[in-house]
Amino acid sequence: MFVPGNNPGMMADAHIYGPDSIMLDLEDSVTMAEKDAARLLVHNALKSIDYGNTEMVVRINPLNTPYGKKDVEAVVKAGVHVIRMPKTETAEEVKELEAEILKVEQEIGCVGRTKIMAAIESALGIVNSYAIATASPRMMGIALGAEDYSANLKTNRTPGGAELLLAREQIVVAARAAGICCFDTVYSNLDDMETFRKEVELIKTLGFDGKSIINPRQIEVVNSVFTPTEKEITKARAVVAAIKEAQAKGSGVIAVNGKMVDRPVVLRAERTIALAVAAGVIDKEEVL
Amino acid sequence: MKNAIAGTLESGDIMITIGPGEGLQVELQSSVAAQFGRQIKAVITETLEGLGVKDAHVQAVDKGALDCTIRARVTAAAVRATGKDVWKD
Amino acid sequence: MRNTKLVTLEEAIKRSGLKDGMTISFHHHFRGGDKVVNMVVDKLAQMGFKDLKLAASSLSDVHKPLIEHIKNGVITGISTSGLRGELADAISRGLMKEPVVFRSHGGRGSAIANGELKIDVAFLGASACDELGNACGVPRSENAKSICGSLGYALPDARYAKHVVVITDDLVPYPNMPQSISAADVESVVVVDSVGDSSKIAAGAIRDSKNPRDILLAKQAAKVIINSGYFKDGFSIQTGTGGASLAAVKYIREEMINRGIKASFALGGITAHMVKLHEEGLIGKLIDVQSFDKVAAESIAKDPLHQEVSAVEYASGQHLGSATHALDIVILSALEVDTDFNVNVLVGSDGIIRGAIGGHQDTAADSALSIIVCPLLRGRIPCVVPKVTTLITPGKSVDVVVTEYGIAVNPARPEIAEKLKEAGLNVVDIKSLAAKATSIIGTPDKLPFGDKVVGIVMNRDGSVLDKIYNIVE
Repeated sequence: MFVPGNNPGMMADAHIYGPDSIMLDLEDSVTMAEKDAARLLVHNALKSIDYGNTEMVVRINPLNTPYGKKDVEAVVKAGVHVIRMPKTETAEEVKELEAEILKVEQEIGCVGRTKIMAAIESALGIVNSYAIATASPRMMGIALGAEDYSANLKTNRTPGGAELLLAREQIVVAARAAGICCFDTVYSNLDDMETFRKEVELIKTLGFDGKSIINPRQIEVVNSVFTPTEKEITKARAVVAAIKEAQAKGSGVIAVNGKMVDRPVVLRAERTIALAVAAGVIDKEEVL
Repeated sequence: MKNAIAGTLESGDIMITIGPGEGLQVELQSSVAAQFGRQIKAVITETLEGLGVKDAHVQAVDKGALDCTIRARVTAAAVRATGKDVWKD
Repeated sequence: MRNTKLVTLEEAIKRSGLKDGMTISFHHHFRGGDKVVNMVVDKLAQMGFKDLKLAASSLSDVHKPLIEHIKNGVITGISTSGLRGELADAISRGLMKEPVVFRSHGGRGSAIANGELKIDVAFLGASACDELGNACGVPRSENAKSICGSLGYALPDARYAKHVVVITDDLVPYPNMPQSISAADVESVVVVDSVGDSSKIAAGAIRDSKNPRDILLAKQAAKVIINSGYFKDGFSIQTGTGGASLAAVKYIREEMINRGIKASFALGGITAHMVKLHEEGLIGKLIDVQSFDKVAAESIAKDPLHQEVSAVEYASGQHLGSATHALDIVILSALEVDTDFNVNVLVGSDGIIRGAIGGHQDTAADSALSIIVCPLLRGRIPCVVPKVTTLITPGKSVDVVVTEYGIAVNPARPEIAEKLKEAGLNVVDIKSLAAKATSIIGTPDKLPFGDKVVGIVMNRDGSVLDKIYNIVE
């Protein structure tokens, strides 16, 4: 969930709504005149506020602005989990950020702590998406920024999202090839929950791990789309049980309800169980 | 030191106006003055002392800001007033 | 008309036999638009009365002019359910010699009925009245200007006061039937230009809150109700008018429709939300002590299943037949809740009076399940505290506290805690909530209370529950 870094009221309790991750923003939602103040607010909030188990992310300003380097110092020193780099276009940019992060981590003695998430918001970024995804061992995920991307393509955003087809699929493909996560872009019309739900269903089908949101009201929709249904969980359990049985017997063939089950089905079942555990609908202990 | 302001009058924030002064003088307006006035002033003076600011006049209008927000706003105002940042360039 | 009771306000006062030191009473059905209290007390001051005791069912910001009358010795004693604004601030700082006596709505009804609170002259505003004194809060002609719906809080006064003056801005032909106040209880009728500012009496239907915190609290409160064991066909419910309480009704409604459950009645302050559920067939009857908006006022005027109830029949602790004894579920708010589940709805965390007891003590005590919905923090003000600033509702009446950081269940209701845990709700120890609040905002300093008692909080049985001291600058 995006939270503007210049709004102390919102930053104080954004976590009570249960988002998986909070992204404090120092970039586009903060005016130039307030970049210095927002950086201090975010630094102090990260240090003092108990966000529980929420993953804390900060979107910094690009390193080629007067703000980027100071942003990195401020948030690494405050213990941020992930730095989100905006408008990533090349693997070199990722390496530059990595170097900046390392400098600060060495200074405070916590080398390797900070992860990176790259937001891809242009055509060049999409073209380089695999290189970006593999540019650093710190890279935990890549995300699509549709506003800037569609402008870069010289078109505009539409409800159906036709202009984003390639970008979405490319990001999922690059992320999976690199073995990292992928996240879809924000949907800003808070009054149209119908269209929002359809978009979340679409991106789930495309293979995304999650979606960026801008308001707590959107949390329930994303969770309900991504949480496996009871039926799906029962099916997945049956597959996992069949695997265990087959392993015990030393058999190479796994069958569920008389049908042969091959590797993709098994992988999908494991993912369903993982999602169910993440959503809290089944206990981790049950599964092991 | 010149005059500088940081913060807003939004709920959860504190507006800090800082300028030259003798010693550290803090004037506070807050809807929770009775319960937290002393603590808020203490956070303001501690933050300034931590930055090496020994002489300043501070006017604070508080709208229920937490200590971490007060620290952030006081630091921002002090940096703007003195031109000395807390981060490396 | 042959036998008319129609007189001017001055004549009505002379006729009443009112003397210095006596008790006058008013209702608060015109809420922030009330003109009756100020109009009458201004006239009494003009006529030279002193040392009067004002027994209002409640007072609000609009009654600020009383400050001058108190300073001039016209009013030397007040009893009420609540105080707000500058009047409350001045009293908190020691304006009056005699402490203000605070009672719940049921408590005031009981006190009037059993003679503990003796009213010499009641001045009751009405939306319509005939020349013999049959009065009501609903429109009875096209000239109706100040509509309020139920007159529940005026009824004990009308019945038990020694002398009753009805003040209206719409005189209608006899007989004004069906009436709320009976002509048999009325001595004088006064017609004035306006008894209330209709724009401030009742809003249009209160809009649903879009505040994410209210929505979160509302959803949690609804889940508590749905899993409490009390959510079954024929249940009864009362809610406050705070954003979270009203929003909770929306989520409860969805589940009522899903499960085919209907409520037998809704009680208390009735809003458009309750009227809508009633008209949809989801709530059988509406028992109305106060109609909060135009929709509720219009409904009570035309729907026989939406009935007015007096403060005594609504919530008196001393009358076993009062409606709160039949109430299953009540959703209430709070300024503060402490680790013993005691609630404060009257005095702010800065020690200044800023609320009202309302029906809090009554509904919490008599209902089967009382739920307090409040945020853990309001800005830097903690709402879950080690000890309440002022005790209004004792902890033994409070069953569940819902905050955005977790739900606390009174240890006296372990079966409810079990049910909620099984439903997957975040049930926590109330002490951990108080600790969480402190960890976020710090520990507040002690308030600068003086030695003067400015308010006495009465229990429903007429005993003293707590005292409010003055705040020193």
